[in-house]
Amino acid sequence: MKKEIKTALLLFAVLTLLTGVIYTAAVTVLARLIFPKQSSGSIISTPAGIPVGSVLIGQPFTGQGYFWSRPSSTPDFPYNPMASGGSNLGPTNKVLLDKISARVHTLAAADITAPVPSDMVEGSGSALDPDISLASALVQVPRIARERHIPGAEVRGLVKAYTRGRWYLFLTVPRVNVLKLNLALDKLR
Amino acid sequence: MHINVMADVVQIVVFLVILTLLAGPLGRYMAKVYQGERTFLAPVFGPVERLFYRICGINRDAEMDWKQYATALLVFSFIGFVATFLILMLQGYLPFNPEKFPGFSWDLALNTAVSFLTNTNWQAYSGESAASYFTQVIALMVHQFYSAAAGMAVAIALIRGIVRRKSDTIGNFWIDMTRSVLYILLPLSFLFALVLVSQGVIQNFSPYKQVRLLEPYTYENPKLDAYGNRIKDTQGRPVMETVTVTQQTLPMGPVAAQEAVKEFGTNGGGWFNANSAHPFENPTPLSNVLEILALLIIAAALPITFGHMAGKKKAGWAIYTAMMAIFVIALAVMYRAEYTGNPLVQGLGVQGAYMEGKEVRFGLGGSVLFSVSTTATACGAVNNMHDSLTPLGGMVPLTLILLGEEIFGGVGSGLYTMLAFVIISVFVSGLMIGRIPEYLGKKVEATEMWMSVIVVLTSGVLVLIFTSIALITKAGVSAMGNPGPHGLTEVFYAFASTSNNNGSAFAGLNASTLFYTLTTSIAMILGRFGPAMATLAMAGSLAKKKYVPPSPGTLPTDQPTFILWLVSVIIIVGALTFFPALSLGPIVEHMIMIGGR
Repeated sequence: MKKEIKTALLLFAVLTLLTGVIYTAAVTVLARLIFPKQSSGSIISTPAGIPVGSVLIGQPFTGQGYFWSRPSSTPDFPYNPMASGGSNLGPTNKVLLDKISARVHTLAAADITAPVPSDMVEGSGSALDPDISLASALVQVPRIARERHIPGAEVRGLVKAYTRGRWYLFLTVPRVNVLKLNLALDKLR
Repeated sequence: MHINVMADVVQIVVFLVILTLLAGPLGRYMAKVYQGERTFLAPVFGPVERLFYRICGINRDAEMDWKQYATALLVFSFIGFVATFLILMLQGYLPFNPEKFPGFSWDLALNTAVSFLTNTNWQAYSGESAASYFTQVIALMVHQFYSAAAGMAVAIALIRGIVRRKSDTIGNFWIDMTRSVLYILLPLSFLFALVLVSQGVIQNFSPYKQVRLLEPYTYENPKLDAYGNRIKDTQGRPVMETVTVTQQTLPMGPVAAQEAVKEFGTNGGGWFNANSAHPFENPTPLSNVLEILALLIIAAALPITFGHMAGKKKAGWAIYTAMMAIFVIALAVMYRAEYTGNPLVQGLGVQGAYMEGKEVRFGLGGSVLFSVSTTATACGAVNNMHDSLTPLGGMVPLTLILLGEEIFGGVGSGLYTMLAFVIISVFVSGLMIGRIPEYLGKKVEATEMWMSVIVVLTSGVLVLIFTSIALITKAGVSAMGNPGPHGLTEVFYAFASTSNNNGSAFAGLNASTLFYTLTTSIAMILGRFGPAMATLAMAGSLAKKKYVPPSPGTLPTDQPTFILWLVSVIIIVGALTFFPALSLGPIVEHMIMIGGR
């Protein structure tokens, strides 16, 4: 038994050195060399170098002149990356149904009438979803055009230019990155 | 949100074909690794392997009987447990902690250490707000290698038991463990980690980053006094203050390295609370399918390894086929349920697929494929929130876990559980048609039956007992996050997940209370080591037996008839054990949902 304990301790030590220290260090060094941007969080910065967000992490938008993200139920404020995770509300839970109903009404007040695209009123699994579906972007076009005094066709063109995922090898839903789209909108002005 | 069903079907079919094409070569390669043969990685890892054996005093030619093998497994696991428990408790004093997280409470440390040790990766903590980089890497990630390697070692020991004749030994645990890590888990994880970074998974040791929000966000918050209590006005209403958020804090860390081994080892313990739904863990549709492939591939290749080591390739593919059959049924049922969606929400004027808890970039196909794969295997990573699935959609992952995690299953544990089902199927069919039960030339006798029954039924017994205890105690019920039958499903899922070492959750349940940290810890330990010990005992018994050559009285175990029989036995055992509980949870909730009340 003594011999087994000694062997186990030594094997645990050398394996931890290999898988914990050497493996992690090797991946970190190579990742930073080959993919410096991705490995550090795909941060977007202004020309002046101020970071304004990560391409991968959604942000809350409430202004009439911005495309809105999906609902987010993170504590304190929506899209709080320090507390990722979905609402975990079940499909028959009244709390969920009331929330969705309230969101449908909010959208109606902004001229987005029922039936609304589901991702616009249902929260994501991470609550940090950076994307909305193409349909959800298109229903917001008239509002953006009106608020920003830009022709609707121009806004629609911008949405199309920022749409990804229609030709993917593993087919997915056509989707638009909200932060990138809104940054492009701000440039348009 | 509009869903293109054809596109999803094509995605899933292409995926399953690729999985099957890769399982063969990887299975053959792993057979070489465990038979001690030279592989193409020998120039790189051969010297490391020999160095490790020299340091640890491991004799390459020494073999163990099943009791020595089991002892080595338990001793190694216990050392890992103590190390992890201490690191979690002492986190605040250890390096690589830029966010200055304090140590875990003792019960949470116990729960987490047990969880990673047993390949469960049940998480009652949130990684981004509780665990330092040191903890994530040295206390948790290393176990994602070890617990996977240990599971694989036990499965290989059972294969040797079936293959060997009149032998007292079933291999050497230290060597199986070392070779699993060096030749399989480490190289695969290393390459995959870099692929994940290319997609946007982060890998760094920076402090958390502040970024400016494009549009500041304003909200009302109850004002607190110096003691953290809500301040109330003269009429007793809480005083509100306006808070303007101008910045987001982005958590950082060496995520990709952990993400890779989390999938290959069917561990499932994510860096972040949202697990593989988090964009820093799973940023693109491509990273999503690759993660699903990674979490299935070793478990899918092990039956092929078995066929090769046993010299009966067809027996390996027969097991693969049985696993795939149940897998496809589960996919179809879940996809249909989620596609049909939630009529209560549709009634509110909402159009398209049910997206609560799902990410846009994965769509419906990528979400359903992930959920089925992660619960068919013992992975337990999630890319959507299972608690928010439709009742029948959520019942599929739950049922896959309850069937005992052998539809591919955990790496190693899936194969040994499946072989226990094979032995039970051989025995029952032998009784029915009056033939002597034998499998691949080994007679199935009392020891094998006892051990197989322990392997198959341990988790079921644990699930039902613990769920019952939870439902009659206040501590158990008050942690539910949803009312009605859905709350029952949350508790049922929690004990199913921990007893079967899956680790996914209906996450609305507050699992960090003392009641749940302790009960789930017990469930995880018994659910892991009970079946593992029984498997090793069975391996020892089988190894001692002599070989009985096939005769006209031998039941062929690689024919479609037997595959169908095996699938039926698995489903019947699962249904008999769990149908009452499933009726009270998801099935009742489904009735309520379509009834509209």
